[in-house]
Order: sequence, then structure tokens, then C-alpha cells
Amino acid sequence: MNPLGKAILQFCRSTIGRKLIVALTGVLLVLFLLGHVAGNLLVFQGREAMNDYAQFLHTMLHGQGVWIARIGLLIAVGLHIWATVSLVKDNRAARTERYALPATVQASKSSRIMIWSGLTILAFVVFHILHFTVRIDPALANLPDAAYAAAHPGESRHDVYAMVIKGFQNPLVSLFYIVAITLLCSHLSHGIASLFQTLGWRSRKSAALEKQLGWAIAIALWIGFLSIPAAVLTGALKDKPSVSGQKAAIPSDPAAPAPRQG
Amino acid sequence: MNLTLKVWRQKNATDHGRIETYEARSIPAEASFLEMLDIVNERLIEGGGEPIHFDHDCREGICGMCSLTINGVPHSKERGITTCQVHMRKFRDGDTIWIEPFRARAFPVVRDLVVDRTAFDRIVAAGGFISVRTGSAQDANALPVPKDDADASFAAAACIGCGACVAACKNASAMLFVGAKAAHLNLLPQGKPEQDKRVLAMVRQMDAEGFGGCTNQYECEAVCPKEISADVIAKLNRDYTAAAVKEAVC
Ligand code: HEM
Ligand code: FES
Repeated sequence: MNPLGKAILQFCRSTIGRKLIVALTGVLLVLFLLGHVAGNLLVFQGREAMNDYAQFLHTMLHGQGVWIARIGLLIAVGLHIWATVSLVKDNRAARTERYALPATVQASKSSRIMIWSGLTILAFVVFHILHFTVRIDPALANLPDAAYAAAHPGESRHDVYAMVIKGFQNPLVSLFYIVAITLLCSHLSHGIASLFQTLGWRSRKSAALEKQLGWAIAIALWIGFLSIPAAVLTGALKDKPSVSGQKAAIPSDPAAPAPRQG
Repeated sequence: MNLTLKVWRQKNATDHGRIETYEARSIPAEASFLEMLDIVNERLIEGGGEPIHFDHDCREGICGMCSLTINGVPHSKERGITTCQVHMRKFRDGDTIWIEPFRARAFPVVRDLVVDRTAFDRIVAAGGFISVRTGSAQDANALPVPKDDADASFAAAACIGCGACVAACKNASAMLFVGAKAAHLNLLPQGKPEQDKRVLAMVRQMDAEGFGGCTNQYECEAVCPKEISADVIAKLNRDYTAAAVKEAVC
């Protein structure tokens, strides 16, 4: 093999190299989550804003943008899982004989369950894609956006707004979502601070700040993602039928909390 | 004071080993931890038994020879000291104390509480040195070294190579040791020219010895008798990556 290939391969096999892959893919995934939560919160702006956003995602770069993002995320997740699983295996093999009386001095609980929080997130992501992207449940698959069709004769689009609300009205779906997002918050409460160390950007001076940043992002994501099932389950967010022929999401019941107009 | 000891006993490297219980009666509180073991051993020998084998040398916290995981924590839960600096007054009468060897696949047990730490020597032999003689102590300021670098190098050089970092890490990772050994040379002008070669060789030897990777939990930093900061691990990550990139493209 050529020397360049050999050097790259050797780096990717080393413990430090694999850990760097975990950190770099972790950064990409965190950035994706920040974008994803911001987009999701448009649900509070009403049907039109949510569905416009979904339509934008599917039509940007002539419809290729969404595929570029999907393939990029798939590669990032794949590398993250390969590197972490192989590191966890090696790390366990390095300590075959355990202590009869184990003790932990300062490692946080979150840092000690990274593989379990990670695998729960993985299970959730698979479910989430089948649920909202592939839409295996026909009740969520056939939801045309009536207001849009009326305003744009001859065109149609999926009513993502209605799908999200219907989806979360199932308490089991919401429960899984809450558990997974809580474990994601745990994963990131360690992961974000940790990636600074892996990238070589942590020192005694910066450590506290990086830890706070990790917690801040983890909690912001937790609140952002969970506000949606919480609003649906408490009834604050309802799928009100839009009046066809007019702009969508005009509140028909003045007593209900009015969704803000987008 | 009277204590109950739960001690790891293992005849040799191939023996399975087990925890055995000893009653240590009327131990003076002013005894050091190792003196307490000496007393227990004298009594064991008088009774015709095998003494408990453990490593020690200077007994003043400078050589790095003593080991022992005491109640699950290498060198005990007292911060910034070695096992030989632990005193019995830190325990209470009637306590049960668990005494186990430093655990790591790369540190095989030789006998009882004695482990083979020559993996560390092989890592140092791979690159933890400067190839040429750099002369005696320089005249002050003949070779300018920024104060911050000198301090950081000195702090890293405090490592006595005891292996507590490995024993505390749930992955038995040697990153704090390797980081300290690499940093103390890499930070100084005498060590700079060989930095890349050194870091690549030491990290590769570390992986080959079967130490685990770092998961950034800093258990190592918490037990290090010389309180070496995990900053040296961040630096090792940085230096190794830079060296690997240079190796790949230059
Ligand atoms: C949205 C999804 C995910 C995000 C944002 C994420 C983020 C991160 C981050 C930032 C780190 C810290 C990197 C470092 O310490 O340098 C990390 C570590 C880790 N991740 Fe994930 N992760 C995700 C999914 C997963 C999945 C699906 C797994 C399943 C195997 C996983 C397993 C792990 C493990 C085991 C570690 C610790 C690695 C170590 O310390 O050696 N993660 N993750
Ligand atoms: S015996 Fe020398 S450091 Fe403990």
C-alpha cells in the first residue's frame, strides 16, 4: 500500500485516532441536532410555517440537498458507531480482571453509560425514521395539506404539521421519544465537554467553561425537542382543521390558545 | 486499632487468585499503611504462613514502586499521595479495608499484590528520551525557555511512573502516563526536534501493550500522587494527531 494510505490507516487504528473520529462525527451530529430542533420548533408557528419548512428541505438544491444531508449523516453516524463500539471492546479487553470492590472517584454517571445512551439513541433514530420519514403507519402517511392544495391548484404536499401532532398523540410514541431524548441529553452532557479534550482544546483554564457549554447545549436540546410532545400531550398543540380555500391555521375556536401566525 | 483486611492472594502469574480475609489486631494508628502490612506479615511468618507480597522501595513517595488499590482507589482515596505515604490514622478502628493489586491486562499480577509494570519501561524505551547528550545544567537563560513552558514541563516531569492512572481508569488507559512523559520533553527546546517521532512511537507502543483508550473521565488525574493534570492528555491528542498528519503528507 502507498505510504499515505498506510499512515491514514495506522492513525485510524490507534486509540487516539479512533477517538478523534468519535469527536469529529460527534461535532457534526450535535450541529445537525441544533438545526433539527430549530426547524422542529416551527411547529409552534402553525401549519403553514412547518409545512413550508418541510417543503423547503425537500426542494432545496433541486431536491438533492436532503439527500446530501442524509448521506452525510449516515456516514457520520456509521463512523461514530464503528469507532465507539471498537473502542469500547478494546477498553473492556484492557481491564479483564475487575476489582472486587470497585470505586469511582469523580467520573459522572453519564460518562459511564455512554454506550448505553448511544445504543438507545440508535434504536430511537431507526424508529424515528420509520415513523416520520418512511411513515410505515398509514394513518400518518396519507395526510395531504388541504390548505396548500387549495391555494396551489394542481399541487399537493404532505401535512407534516398534522403528522407530528397525530404521531405524538400516541402516548407510547411520546414516552419512547422522552426517554430517548433524555438519554441524548445525558450523552451530550459528557460528550460535548469531552470532545474538547479529544480535540486537544481543554486545559485547566477552559475545562469548567467547556463543561458548562456541554450542559447548556444538552439542556437546550432537551427542552427544545421535548416541548413538542409535551405540548401535544397536554393539548396545547392541537391539529385544527384548516379552512379550505383560505390561508391555513386560522384558529376556529377562539377559546383555544391561538397558534402564532407565521 | 483493629482492622479486617480483605487481601488479594495469588501464588503466581497463572494462579487464579482470590480475596482472603485477615484480622489485623492492635495496629498502632501512627503506623504507615505499609508498616501495617509489615506487622501483619511478621505475624503471618511467625504462624508459619506465606507473607503478603507487595511492592515498595523508598517509602517516601518519590520512587513510584509502591502500588496497591485500597478500597477500590489506587494509593487510597487520600489525594496527592502514594500508598507508602498513607497512614493508619486515616482509617477508623473496626474498618474493613480491601487491598487489591493495580488491575490492567498490561500489568499482569506476578504474585499477590505485585504487578509487572515493565510495559511502562517499554513505552519510555520507544521514545521517552532525547537521543543526544544535551549537556549539564545550562547557565541561566543561555537557552531561553518561556516560564509557562518550564512550569508545565516540570509539572509533567513529576510523574514517578507508578501506574495508578492505569489502575484507576476503567479502560486501564495509560494516557496520563504517556502524556506526562511526552509533554515533559516536548515542551522544552532539547526535546522539540524529536517530538513527532517520540509521540508516534510512544503512542504505538502504548496501544501495542494492550492499554485501553481514554474516555475523558479523569479518574487518572484524581488518583495521581503527583496530581498531574489531564491537560497532558489533551496535548498528547494534539501532538499525536499533528505528528500523524505530518507523517502522512510530508
Ligand atoms: C445524535 C446522535 C449522537 C450524538 C450527537 C453523539 C455525540 C457524541 C459526542 C459529542 C461524543 C464525545 C466524543 C469525545 O469524547 O470526544 C460521543 C461519544 C460517544 N458516543 Fe455518541 N453521539 C450520538 C450517537 C451515538 C450512538 C448511536 C452511539 C452508539 C454506539 C454512540 C456511542 C458513543 C460512545 C460509546 C461514546 C464514548 C466514546 C469514548 O469515550 O471513547 N453515540 N458521542
Ligand atoms: S515506595 Fe517509593 S513511592 Fe511509595
